[in-house]
Amino acid sequence: MITLTHFLVVSACIFCIGLYTVLSKKNAIMILVGIELMINAAILNFVAFGKYDKVSYGGQIFALFAIVLAAAAVAVGLALVLNVYRHYKTINPDEIKELKDK
Amino acid sequence: MEIILFYAFAVLAIGSALLLVNLKNIARALFLFFIVLFAMAGLYLFALADFVAITQIMVYVGGVLILMLFAFMLSNKELLKDLQDSSGSFLSMPRWQAIVLTLGFLTLMIFGIREWQQSPPTWIQQARENNTEIISTDNNIQQIGLRFMTFYVLPFEVISVFLMMALIGASHLSRKERNR
Repeated sequence: MITLTHFLVVSACIFCIGLYTVLSKKNAIMILVGIELMINAAILNFVAFGKYDKVSYGGQIFALFAIVLAAAAVAVGLALVLNVYRHYKTINPDEIKELKDK
Repeated sequence: MEIILFYAFAVLAIGSALLLVNLKNIARALFLFFIVLFAMAGLYLFALADFVAITQIMVYVGGVLILMLFAFMLSNKELLKDLQDSSGSFLSMPRWQAIVLTLGFLTLMIFGIREWQQSPPTWIQQARENNTEIISTDNNIQQIGLRFMTFYVLPFEVISVFLMMALIGASHLSRKERNR
């Protein structure tokens, strides 16, 4: 029997791996991947709790909303990454220090 | 049988996510991300969310991953830069700081889950007692469609407008500017 705790532990592990990716990577694309991992962990929690909500299906429906939001965030984020790369010739967040135009 | 499959998917997801963060090669890391997404979709199935699992595969694997591969290939000069390890400022801390922060957060969450397990919320207990959980013979997709068009119609419309705004903004941002 799979209980709610199983899902919660798995999603906590995935969330922490995503957090580690965001904190330690030096590439903007990998940071986006880390954010996606964290969003996936949140969706797993939504779905696991939604199993007990048969009346309004809140968990599954908001999991779908979260997937749509993540897709929109990735589209905008990757467009920004490409623009930054075109401007600075790097996507390492450490080396992007200037706000003004060159 | 069910629990063995669950553990297989969980180990697949966590293991390939751990491998993902340790790889230097970004292309391989992106393909491992693909495996993580598939394993997460498998985990959603165990919570009886079949439609969410299919949507995950379609949206993430079909859309997000392809976008990421494109962005990776268009900024290809970074392939070798990631190899040289330079510890910097806030966003990319030295490795041990990130590990300490992450492990601390993980213990905090596990502790929270253990505390929470002692007294689950009442609506979950009620659903368990009255047997009103979602069961595997329910027609989930029909129910979700009904809820989308009746009870959740306002968030549904708002999110469709939001998605269109985000896509227009993304295509505007990535357009080539001639007058620079």
